Amino acid sequence: MTDPDKAYNVIDEPPGVRTPLVTGRHSYASLTDTVSHVAEMKTPLAWYIAFAISVFWVGVLGVGVIYLISTGVGIWGHKNPVYWGWPIVNFVFWVGIGHAGTLISAILFLFRQNWRTGINRFAEAMTIFAVICAALFPGIHIGRVWLAYWLAPYPNQMAMWPQFRSPLMWDVFAVSTYFTVSLLFWYMGMIPDLATLRDRTKSRIAGLAYGLFSLGWNGSSRQWHRYEVAYGLLAALAAPLVLSVHTIVSFDFAVSQLPGWHTTIFPPYFVAGAIFSGFAMVISLAVPARAFFGLKDIITRRHLENMCKVITATGTMVGYAYMMEFFIAWYSGSPYEKFAFINRALGPYAWAYWTMISCNVISPQVFWFKWARTTPWFMFVVSIFVNIGMWFERFVITVTSLSRDFLPSSWDYFRPTTWDVLFLIGSFGLFFTLFLLFCRFLPVVAIAEVKGVMAPVNPPEHAEYRTQLVH
Amino acid sequence: MGRFTFPAWVNSLVLPGLGLIGLGVLYLSVLVPYALSPETLVAGYQPTQPVPFSHALHAGQLKMDCRYCHTHVFDSAHSNVPATATCANCHNGSKAPDGTNSTTAVHTESLRLAPVRHSIETGESIEWNRVHDLPDYAYFNHSAHVNRGVSCVECHGRVDKMDVVKRVSPMNMGWCLDCHRHPTEHLRPLEFITKLDWEPPQGQTKKEVGEKVREDLGIRSLTDCSTCHR
Repeated sequence: MTDPDKAYNVIDEPPGVRTPLVTGRHSYASLTDTVSHVAEMKTPLAWYIAFAISVFWVGVLGVGVIYLISTGVGIWGHKNPVYWGWPIVNFVFWVGIGHAGTLISAILFLFRQNWRTGINRFAEAMTIFAVICAALFPGIHIGRVWLAYWLAPYPNQMAMWPQFRSPLMWDVFAVSTYFTVSLLFWYMGMIPDLATLRDRTKSRIAGLAYGLFSLGWNGSSRQWHRYEVAYGLLAALAAPLVLSVHTIVSFDFAVSQLPGWHTTIFPPYFVAGAIFSGFAMVISLAVPARAFFGLKDIITRRHLENMCKVITATGTMVGYAYMMEFFIAWYSGSPYEKFAFINRALGPYAWAYWTMISCNVISPQVFWFKWARTTPWFMFVVSIFVNIGMWFERFVITVTSLSRDFLPSSWDYFRPTTWDVLFLIGSFGLFFTLFLLFCRFLPVVAIAEVKGVMAPVNPPEHAEYRTQLVH
Repeated sequence: MGRFTFPAWVNSLVLPGLGLIGLGVLYLSVLVPYALSPETLVAGYQPTQPVPFSHALHAGQLKMDCRYCHTHVFDSAHSNVPATATCANCHNGSKAPDGTNSTTAVHTESLRLAPVRHSIETGESIEWNRVHDLPDYAYFNHSAHVNRGVSCVECHGRVDKMDVVKRVSPMNMGWCLDCHRHPTEHLRPLEFITKLDWEPPQGQTKKEVGEKVREDLGIRSLTDCSTCHR
């Protein structure tokens, strides 16, 4: 079998012609076979190895959480004047990653961008798992974890409510709404495919499990009709969340008075950054997964190329925001604001700032070249840089502003502890554990939706004709 | 095997299932909060004391003022339980030189007062059981309240009618805040602080009297965290 990536010469594609969304000689049946095979095949050894490594880090995270609860937040590097360290950095990092899923599933759906079907299941799963990782950090950094339910407004014997004027409170609502809607959207979209797996499986237990979760789906037109209506409604509900969630996360900083945080550019800049990092993570996951699970015909280079374009666009917006922050710092005439930004670029955290600039602003510019945005291994490398850069962005924002604020006598240099690092790696362990389970047991591509976009163009004989045409 | 489909009898579970969920919600939102509320758990606590001292007799029938025994309530944060010496003012059991009972001694032979006489002789304290105990993280000051128009009765109830003291208030945070947010109706002129059966003068409501007291004493509504959690 030839490599599907070689079958279509996307680089020399003439204008006006696009690679089909599903390449190869796929019929409806072979498409179902290909995707179902991922969940049905004998578990490969590589999966066990990857899963063992991920679960090990979940174990480390678990030990860390127990140690944290029994000892207190002092095990992290927080000390005067930096009381918001890595946990908030990790929280914003993970929430940001989640945004690609919602953008792909909701906004691209509403704009009828058909190429989303190949990657939406994948990206939505990533969203759910990223939000779980994100929710972990505010959950454990509140100090008295056993009182976490105080975050919820409910009538209580203390006659007390959470501080509704605090953006941290808004965060609780924003993130929990986001998680609920994303989960519903992901699950509802999966029901027809779960029914497919139910009908194919030979195992009694798997049949029962898929049968329960596919909610008695039988593919009647009445069910399809209701499914489409519900899907559209959920997409409409989820679309504003793409903008609202990271806007509110940015309020955590922007509503405070601290120079470097107190800026009105934060909401749009955070949203752009979130989509930027989310798409980078989708590429980091999709490139190896499509090769490993044989999905190159479904997640084609055209899909990857489109995502690279989004990365360049949002990366450039983020770069613009970085510049604008400096302009406003000068234009405001506020000496504190000016100092905050000069300190960012030239102060003790200059290494972090320039890491951020190189990864976030410079590295995505390579995607102006068609070769770069159609070569999977290369975009994988760039996407890792973007992930690193976006983590550093949150680090730079959080730590540089806090470590040198209004009062020079309280300035200090923040150093993370070993536990800070272990919690970050542990959260990746949790993310990959969930993701590997997803790859093993659930339909990784939206089979039914992909069939919708391949319908007229791809009976084998036409595909062959098309291949000739493109070459 | 054939594909799994839901058997028809699943339909008959839908209504009972919804009903069960409804009952569960009702249980969790009504019964559990009621059972766990301080009104249920704390109010009504009435421990048996080592001496069957009756407030109903002393403060009620004999009309002794609260301050006769709880001497520091107007001066200190803590309202003291009297030392046995205070009981001994009347119940010391001392005899006149001729062997007869002293005219100032009451019930010198009473068996019920045996622990009091034992305490007087040995100097050991009577181990009263504490009825009102606030958690250590809540700062409470008696003098701040009784000097600002809040009567004993507002928190402790009609102690002058209790044979054995009973905790009538839940004394949870919401209960404290309720008064701190709306103090007016709980204020009275300072001369009536220990008069547990006080009623506002004819033609005036408690609120009107409280309004004036509030104005005269300049009472603010203190609800900052640090008011009680210092």
